[in-house]
Amino acid sequence: MEVLLGLTGKDFTLVASSKAAMRGVTILKATDDKTRELNKYNLMAFSGEAGDTVQFAEYVQANVQLYSMRNNSELGPAAVASFVRGELAKALRSRSPYTVNLLLGGFDPITQKPTLYWCDYLASLAQLPYAAHGYAQYYCLSTLDKHHHPDIDLEKGLKILRMCSDELKRRLPIDFKGLAVKIITKDGIREEDWVDDKQVLPA
Amino acid sequence: MVGKDCVAIACDLRLGLQALTVSNNFPKIFSYGDVYLGLTGLATDVSTVADLFRYKVNMYRLREERQISPQTMANLVSSSLYERRFGPYFVSPVIAGINHTTGKPFICGFDSIGCIDFAKDFIVSGTASDQLFGTCEGLWEPDLGPEDLFETVSQALLNAVDRDALSGWGAHVYIIEKDKVTKRLLKGRQD
Repeated sequence: MEVLLGLTGKDFTLVASSKAAMRGVTILKATDDKTRELNKYNLMAFSGEAGDTVQFAEYVQANVQLYSMRNNSELGPAAVASFVRGELAKALRSRSPYTVNLLLGGFDPITQKPTLYWCDYLASLAQLPYAAHGYAQYYCLSTLDKHHHPDIDLEKGLKILRMCSDELKRRLPIDFKGLAVKIITKDGIREEDWVDDKQVLPA
Repeated sequence: MVGKDCVAIACDLRLGLQALTVSNNFPKIFSYGDVYLGLTGLATDVSTVADLFRYKVNMYRLREERQISPQTMANLVSSSLYERRFGPYFVSPVIAGINHTTGKPFICGFDSIGCIDFAKDFIVSGTASDQLFGTCEGLWEPDLGPEDLFETVSQALLNAVDRDALSGWGAHVYIIEKDKVTKRLLKGRQD
């Protein structure tokens, strides 16, 4: 019941992830952060097998940072996505594959365009205007299909995200402890103060 | 699909997990100089195989100082896939191109372990292959010119994918002639 959601707008990318750390049906933590900042303009959100997720995310994070130290240049979103896919694809056909689903939110400082990449544990990579992983796909993609537009502003983006969040709360049988929302813009990555105290009742 | 001094290759744009559509902009045709490679199957292997051949063809071009011919590409694809005989890439590739030495059009297809299927009319691949066999068999005729070939290949593809729940969401069509290649984007049904 892990939730990963992402959407792009005119000048921003939103990445949201559920705050519950779960093991089976037990919630171990209600303030879990399922994201890692890879560099100034790239954020990776992850879900999947417990140990693999953080291990893979921090491995990628370290390598992206190592690259920029060696070459004195930051990797752009497309390069990061390609690297991550390559690592995941390599692991897929090894004796120990990573069972990790990813969303890569980014902002390209050269083209000044927001980007969002969707990557599953099989290393299928796609660049999308909005994306989700897990059950959130079934509950949120139709909402996003209806309301998303490529040049929406941040306010509208957050409004759509709220609709998705409400739908998840309404339909998912287990509380996912709300969303942690991060915003990537030309100024870098910041966390949104996402107020999540409103109770949503089932339909 | 083969025409008179021209060939066509086309693909749909859907990326999905079973019945769930993830993306409607996932092209499956990749160009390697004068040769075009279409890949259907497991999405991760489509990307992996496309990247692998980009590497192999670039190396070939540097070593030989010439473009790879469609026939050579076919043998490269075949042997590369057979290398993975007991743990294959789950893809069914299709090749289209014009051989610039002979000037003759060339197409062929493969199974996932590299068995080449040569054809002088058309090659189909993917979840809608049954439907494509039907539409191609019905519409194709020998010696079509580039414009007629475009119409034929487009109608064959669009009508086949509309009968398949797992395909569609727009299409890319390449018409390859001796001295030019035309790429067209078809909208298709978006439902």
